[in-house]
Amino acid sequence: MNDTKIDVINFNFYYSGEKALNNVTISIQQNMVTGIIGPSGCGKSTFLRCLNRMNDVISGIKVEGEVLLDNEDIYASNVDVVKIRRQIGMVFQKSNPFPKSIFDNVAYGLTINGIRDKNYIVEKVEKSLKDAALWDEVKDRLNKSAFDLSGGQQQRLCIARALAVEPEVLLMDEPASALDPKATLKIEELIQELKKKYTIIIVTHNMQQAARISDFTAFFMMGELIEYDTTSKIFTTPSMKVTEDYITGRFG
Amino acid sequence: MERHFDEELKNLKELLLKMSILVEKAINYSIKALVERKTKLAEKVIKSDNSINMMEIEIDDFCHMLLALRQPAAIDLRFITAAMKINNDLERIGDQAVNIAERTREIIKEPLLKPLIDIPLMATLAKKMIKDSIDALVNKDESLARDICKRDDKVDDLNNQIFRELLTYMMQDPKTITRAVELILVGRHLERIADHATNISEEVIYFLSGKTIMHHMEDIKKQQ
Repeated sequence: MNDTKIDVINFNFYYSGEKALNNVTISIQQNMVTGIIGPSGCGKSTFLRCLNRMNDVISGIKVEGEVLLDNEDIYASNVDVVKIRRQIGMVFQKSNPFPKSIFDNVAYGLTINGIRDKNYIVEKVEKSLKDAALWDEVKDRLNKSAFDLSGGQQQRLCIARALAVEPEVLLMDEPASALDPKATLKIEELIQELKKKYTIIIVTHNMQQAARISDFTAFFMMGELIEYDTTSKIFTTPSMKVTEDYITGRFG
Repeated sequence: MERHFDEELKNLKELLLKMSILVEKAINYSIKALVERKTKLAEKVIKSDNSINMMEIEIDDFCHMLLALRQPAAIDLRFITAAMKINNDLERIGDQAVNIAERTREIIKEPLLKPLIDIPLMATLAKKMIKDSIDALVNKDESLARDICKRDDKVDDLNNQIFRELLTYMMQDPKTITRAVELILVGRHLERIADHATNISEEVIYFLSGKTIMHHMEDIKKQQ
């Protein structure tokens, strides 16, 4: 392994003239979990959203540099943004199921992509729910509203919904910060399973969580990537004093 | 930002300092007992080892608590893991002081084979190594810690010298064997004490810099 899935090169990002990311260069490894940590406002969520062009909807943004997914620049002019977001799925801090049934939530991505084959959809929904470790809990009530589920289940439903369109990369923006410890543990265990098939990038405020689940850790501060290394190196012998100060809770 | 955790780490440091003082005292007394031929003092060292053992447990428990409840990382983690190893080294030094006291009880039953010169010198060097290694920990002094590692060779040389010298006694007169072996063992115990002080210094270097220097890792890495 150790293949690069996403290569970010000299990347700058501006919100209406304000530089939010400064010259970020990082290679995200395939089938690995990369944790992104840093104090509030350091640009970690902005960075995550740049990886599947989620920031495009904001007016006044400017992008410089490259984000290569399997060596193809996702910011190139001929790129289909919808396809990029299918390849690079996203799960948010707050679970956001649609006001639909459990089944329809997971099937949604397939149907809007024009898939009409009922059997295929049924199969895919089951597989996605299984991959998201939710199937056993919901298989007897697939037609119930998604809002009947607990917070942790809703978040796993959102993961299943993201998985249904067969992404290659999964971006997670604090996916467990609104969950209790037990539901958090479930999500963390799930991430360990998911990395066998997907490349995962996760933004987290919870340092212990980054230490527990990520293989690589990137530390951001004031829009810059300060240090990027294996998680064990970052959490035992970081190279930069500022990284050490942050992860030991001396600031931030 | 001063953290509540920093207060606890300071307490851990103080516990190690306290333990090192007990250990230095044990070596002092064991060598004094040998030089001044005082059985009672030797007995005192043997008895007081229990307080060093109890302290080892106290420090271990404290470290476990910090690991479980504070989930330290980076320099905090390195300090606590280093403290656990240093704790163990100090306790072993205490055991070596007991060994010297036990040898002393036997040695002073008979006339001295030869005047004690190198053994007290070794003891002085070894004690200074322990004191400095703990000073390096407390004052975060990496260069002092590195210096201690170098001093270990001097103690090893003295130990070899003692062995060679006593070997000549034994060869000349087999009746001296028992007394010579006891002294060789004292030299050996002091040499082990210096080794533990070296271990402590290596731990201090890891704590301060994250660099592993034990087992000549720096030289091996350079060669690679």
